Amino acid sequence: MPEEDKDSETVYDPNSLPSLLPIYYNYIFPYGPYCKWLFYGSKAGSGSLFEKREFSFTLQNDIYVRYQSFASEAEFRKELKKMNPYKIDIGAIYSAPPKHRNRVSGGSFKPLTKELVFDIDMTDYDDVRKCCQGADICRKCWTLMSIAIKILNRALKDDFGFKHLLWVYSGRRGVHCWVCDEKARSLSAHARSSIVEYLSLIQAGNHEKRVTLRDPVHPYIRNCHQVIRSYWDKYAIEDQGFLDEDKDVAKVLKLISDLDVREKVEKQFAGKNSAERWKKLRETCTSTYESDPKRNRKLRYTSHEIMMEFCFPRLDVNVSKGINHLLKSPFCVHPKTGRVCVPIDVSRVDEFDPFTVPTISDLCTQVEKTEITPNEKTETPDTEVQETGDSSNTKKLYRKTSLQDYMKPFDSLLENLQKEAAKQNLILQSDLKGEF
Amino acid sequence: MQFGGTPQRRRTRRQMLNATMDEDSYPHGLMMYNEPPSVNITLQEFESFAFERVKVLHFLDSLSVSAVKNSTAYNEKLTEFLRKNYPGFLLQTATGREVSDAELNWRRKDHVSHFILRLAYCRSEELRRWFLDKELDLFKFRFLQESSSSIQAFLKLNNLTYEPISKEERTRYSAALCTSSYDMNEANVENSLFYRVPFIDVLNLVSSRKVFLHQGDAFVPQKEFLSIISTRFREHLSKALAMTSRALPQLDEDDRLLPMLRSFNQTAVTSAYDPKKNEGKVTVSDLEELSKISYPLCMRQVHSSLKETHHLRHWARMQYGLFLKAIGVTLEDSLKFWRQELGKGIGIDKFDKQYAYNIRHNYGKEGKRTNYTPYSCMTIITKNPPSAQDHHGCPFKHTSPDLLRQKLKSYKTSTDVIEEIITLVKAQHFQIACGKYFEVTHKMEGTSFQVTHPNHYFDESQKILK
Repeated sequence: MPEEDKDSETVYDPNSLPSLLPIYYNYIFPYGPYCKWLFYGSKAGSGSLFEKREFSFTLQNDIYVRYQSFASEAEFRKELKKMNPYKIDIGAIYSAPPKHRNRVSGGSFKPLTKELVFDIDMTDYDDVRKCCQGADICRKCWTLMSIAIKILNRALKDDFGFKHLLWVYSGRRGVHCWVCDEKARSLSAHARSSIVEYLSLIQAGNHEKRVTLRDPVHPYIRNCHQVIRSYWDKYAIEDQGFLDEDKDVAKVLKLISDLDVREKVEKQFAGKNSAERWKKLRETCTSTYESDPKRNRKLRYTSHEIMMEFCFPRLDVNVSKGINHLLKSPFCVHPKTGRVCVPIDVSRVDEFDPFTVPTISDLCTQVEKTEITPNEKTETPDTEVQETGDSSNTKKLYRKTSLQDYMKPFDSLLENLQKEAAKQNLILQSDLKGEF
Repeated sequence: MQFGGTPQRRRTRRQMLNATMDEDSYPHGLMMYNEPPSVNITLQEFESFAFERVKVLHFLDSLSVSAVKNSTAYNEKLTEFLRKNYPGFLLQTATGREVSDAELNWRRKDHVSHFILRLAYCRSEELRRWFLDKELDLFKFRFLQESSSSIQAFLKLNNLTYEPISKEERTRYSAALCTSSYDMNEANVENSLFYRVPFIDVLNLVSSRKVFLHQGDAFVPQKEFLSIISTRFREHLSKALAMTSRALPQLDEDDRLLPMLRSFNQTAVTSAYDPKKNEGKVTVSDLEELSKISYPLCMRQVHSSLKETHHLRHWARMQYGLFLKAIGVTLEDSLKFWRQELGKGIGIDKFDKQYAYNIRHNYGKEGKRTNYTPYSCMTIITKNPPSAQDHHGCPFKHTSPDLLRQKLKSYKTSTDVIEEIITLVKAQHFQIACGKYFEVTHKMEGTSFQVTHPNHYFDESQKILK
């Protein structure tokens, strides 16, 4: 059972959502940075990238509306305050504002660009985690998410050269990654699925052994193995005790392809704990391989394969492949847990604790206690979004709540996107002028 | 293109040809055939250019069933053939020196003949597929002959301007490069050129994780370039053929070209078979024995399941029925045979009502009276893959290796041969595997028997055994 956050002043009750959401959308949702993100530096007004973006809302009583779009931050804010959606999804940037799709001729309304996204869900690891199943998570299995984040983050940055990644907690049992580079947004579906295939190792389906490594082992796999190894002892041996019980042992032994070796290893398990058993397993496989490398080459990477089987990220290609796929927005609230979908700071990924993420009731309580009068009347028009001044000048209430603790990755994302856009502009300008 | 005219006009035209034919139009021996030729040629050249190229493509076809593509044996045989029949395809493009007229001539011929054959092979799906396959094989062979500098020139000409990585980078990433591409070791890495290619240009290498990625760039070894270019070649030619086929009916043409084009692909594609030669040679009582000694495995399989279960589904009946027609079973005998076998399963009445018609149809005695040709290997391998309850298809392709092993064992094939066959099958060389089986069962080891048609298998077998 997840520990209750000792700092929370209230326990979240899903039934209170209808009364909490209005406060959230009025005083807490970080409209400024959020819209700045989705504008991607384009000018407000017709033709902006924001205006052609599809949003979908899930309202109270499971009413679902698609093809929502907004011309400005103000319009967006107004709508959220009016509708109080339980869930917000972000879709693609289309060729025309989605809410006006009927005004364009049939074939010409189509999705053009969207961030490259990944969704990692803890339920996909049910067959390899002992502590929890299904929608439940605990601090022991959350490590799997840390591993997944590290592996993907490194690969997307170092191998694919992407620079603007946003990792977000999904509110309950997983994490999402938004790759915001312009190059990423314009990727075709084919390119997206190729990327997923590059990153994937776990075959879908119910095979008994889903990872087989053969020489030559690609550098990406070696990198992944290093990440997993750094967590292995604590995660698999200590926390999961994956070789403690007999039924677990049987499952692991099946991953050794050579039957003789399997028997040999099993015999050495008697009376030993997980750590010692793992040691014996590795030693036996390695020594058998070394005794006749040609014949026993299948055993060379057995321990690696086992580690991968237990820890490697499970990716859903369908989420990443489609340009028009709708994914839950950052900063919305998970209706069942009340947790806000907050950004995750990758540089401190091991410190992230899903059980201390603020809930909507926490935040609403904090706001009530803060002595600030609502600033709606002094709201500046859309041009505010274009200013490059820092937003701490404007009195945004969320910055005074515990939500601010999670804003750093988002603020950095915006800063970097802006720097990049400025650089591009300079290049464009100097090209136009003929300067170098 | 215009043709004919008086001899004088033809001579002037030929001079005009030489004028337009310079290094600019043909900067490289290899080409992607993006633009159609705009030269004038004579009617005779039209025919001879095309015919010579067709010969090469046919040879490639038959070679592909007797040797593994791009193996030493394959390359040697092909080189030998080209030396005698089309030396132009053996020319390597030299960079940095002037191109001779002779070379330019070959390039023009290459260009023109390719486009003529497009006209000949665009008309049906099967023809297009065949042509595409063979042209790609030819292109790959020629590509692999070219030198590094020549390839770089070719890439540049086709807007594939990728920069090779520096020696220093090669050393820095040596370990990664060794383990990311197939067939790479330290020595190879030292000596190969690697190009920096944006990963979106090599998605097939990315998805199979067969290339080293760094900061969004793939470090592609030169030999992988073939796969990039092949993909482009294939895509482009496929589209072009489809377009050509749509444009063909609208050709404003007299009767000189189309009949000629038609004659090219009659003997083209998968060797068709004329059944009239054998009519009456085989009686029903011979079939059981023949199935064991002269049938290829695909027919033996169908025959024995018919005998066992007295039932065969549609495609199996087609495959076997047409085969029987071609080996010489008359219509009457055929009806007798099927009646006998199927009758035991479904009853004589039902047979007469529902199946007899189809057999007569196969012999061209019903309906539009087409005399159907028996299926070639290509057709059996690629069309109508069998499901679990079916018995048609090519056993080398459609049976799992374990089951195939069992079957061959039951036919008393030796273990070595079985393993050889399984290796060939796993590498997708189904017809070579069948050829191997033929060799072994007819005690002809060491020869390489090319199987392209089950009836051909049967005929050759009968020749040997008689």
